[in-house]
Amino acid sequence: MISMKSQAGDFLILDKATGTYRENPEQVVRDDVEKHYWLHVGRTILKDWRLYLMLVPTILVFLFWRYLPMYELLGSFKVDDSVKPVADQFFKGFSNFKGLLVGSGTYAELSSNFWRALRNTFLLSFYGLCFGFPMPIILALFFNEIRSDIVRSTYQVFTYLPKFMSTVVMTSLVTMLIKQGASASNTPPGIISQALAGLGLISQEVAQKGLLNNPQFFRAIYQISGIWETAGYDSIVFFAAIIAISPTSYEAAQIDGANKWAQMRYVVLPSILSTIVIMLITRIGSMLSIGYEKVLLLSEGRVAAYQTAEVVSTFSWRIKSNQSGLASAAEMMNNVIGMLLVIGANTIARKASNVSLY
Amino acid sequence: MKRKLEISELIFKIISYVFLTVFALLCLYPFLYAVSAAISGRHAVEYSEIILFPKDVQFDAFRYMFSSNEFWNAYSNTLFLTIYGTVWSLFVAILGGYALSKKRLLFRKFFNFFLVFTMWFAAGIVPQYLNYLATKDVFNSMGIMDDKWLVVIAMGMAAMNIILLRNAFENVPSEIEEAAIVDGASEMQVLSKVFIPMSKSTIATVALFFAISRWNGYFWARQMISNANEQPLQVFIRNKLEQYTDLEQLATWTENYAADSVIFALIVCSIIPILIIYPFIQKYFAKGANAGGVKE
Repeated sequence: MISMKSQAGDFLILDKATGTYRENPEQVVRDDVEKHYWLHVGRTILKDWRLYLMLVPTILVFLFWRYLPMYELLGSFKVDDSVKPVADQFFKGFSNFKGLLVGSGTYAELSSNFWRALRNTFLLSFYGLCFGFPMPIILALFFNEIRSDIVRSTYQVFTYLPKFMSTVVMTSLVTMLIKQGASASNTPPGIISQALAGLGLISQEVAQKGLLNNPQFFRAIYQISGIWETAGYDSIVFFAAIIAISPTSYEAAQIDGANKWAQMRYVVLPSILSTIVIMLITRIGSMLSIGYEKVLLLSEGRVAAYQTAEVVSTFSWRIKSNQSGLASAAEMMNNVIGMLLVIGANTIARKASNVSLY
Repeated sequence: MKRKLEISELIFKIISYVFLTVFALLCLYPFLYAVSAAISGRHAVEYSEIILFPKDVQFDAFRYMFSSNEFWNAYSNTLFLTIYGTVWSLFVAILGGYALSKKRLLFRKFFNFFLVFTMWFAAGIVPQYLNYLATKDVFNSMGIMDDKWLVVIAMGMAAMNIILLRNAFENVPSEIEEAAIVDGASEMQVLSKVFIPMSKSTIATVALFFAISRWNGYFWARQMISNANEQPLQVFIRNKLEQYTDLEQLATWTENYAADSVIFALIVCSIIPILIIYPFIQKYFAKGANAGGVKE
């Protein structure tokens, strides 16, 4: 007879065909998973080995070129200045950090350079937040005003274009357009320097000496070329949020007598606020990861400009060959602050998206 | 009331058109200037007489560029890195994205975190460089002797692209996959016959990002490739800019082009391939840009 009470929980069930009891396979599997977890893992992987094999290249690429460098960061605890394997020098203490932060004695100059680099990193990001961040939003609002699809997409294509050019091309163009003039052959400076001098924004002598050599202008050059590079492309996200607004919202506002500014204030802005908040927080989170390539290419060899152009990554890059421990320590501090910013920003985002949206 | 409404809208519309026209032209201007300066005569370039249109047109700067072996060398090196680099990155990303898209994958959460963490925390350039020095010998002993191949397999991967592919694969209806399995398709066949054709546009987007980042790659190619003849075009351009004074001497008074024209000609040559494919890849932009807001 078949046991009517038979459940998955029973260890033995009655086999209909033979009339004998045998092990309940479901219970065996569950038991196996609980008692021999790693055996179960091994069996699952063996059974499905193709899937796990597919993951191997990804894991190797990230392990070798993303995670092993993090291990190299431990070099910040070593004292030796040469480029040696971390393992040989492992953990000699915090003297590198102390040297950079406090900077007494032989470290004095190095430490002041480090603080300067940290301040420059912060300021470049901060100005980017003030000037670079609003620009794509403004562009998206304006794009929305253009009703003709052909005209609008033409404008959009033009503004996206710089995003796809390499950093070398961008910085070479910037360098050439604001290059210094040569007083010997009496050749004038680059065309943009001339235009700025003509408008009276800078003096003729300053233009002649080259804007990139002048620490006063590095931040402006960095921000303006940054807007040129990314504002158009970054506007895509905001534009997508704006065109998602239902036309009935505008109609309702118009019936209520709202003019264009009121419509902006009460219809458009609230609708794209969540996108703005998300993008803002992403931006704050990446505040300390300034693109080293652009800074290096714009400032390399122009020692005078380091006053404003030296950021933490370029600072450590320049000292790496004979002070690799200090260079790693500088990057380590930059990265830890950077990660705290990311985590902080994410936490705020999670809370803010609940508060500000509903 | 009605009239006031129209005025404010009209003003805003005018501001929009004016602002966008100016902005779009400013975005284009440096490129137009580069073309004009590359084909203008020596005097016009050196005394900055060009504003927009070329003057005393010459093509000798281009001719000088095209006659140099180094230039073609750099160009073919860039093609090498772009083609093999894109294929390799796409291969890794498609397999990884496919595996991660499967709910049955053990430790799926851990592997996802493994990728996402690299977007939060990057070691930085010095540790990356030291790691490169430390692992170079390992790869050399594995038979990857060529610096170019090391650049191909080491660089150009981004967690974002794998996540984009993973999300696309997750959106493929499971019924279709099950039907293929019932028909006896193997894992590899399911991927190549079902998942890849159904995620074509995402794969194209990701391939585009890989290709552009490879074409534009500069810094690590310069650090990792020791043989000057194997350097890509971007490094070549940068070297020319750094050796600006040499160029000035080379373009002696007997030549009718300025040193600047050579650099501008190089820049134009390096962006032409991007400009050619640009109209075809446009439709993928929105997809890539909106991927930034993608969930983990």
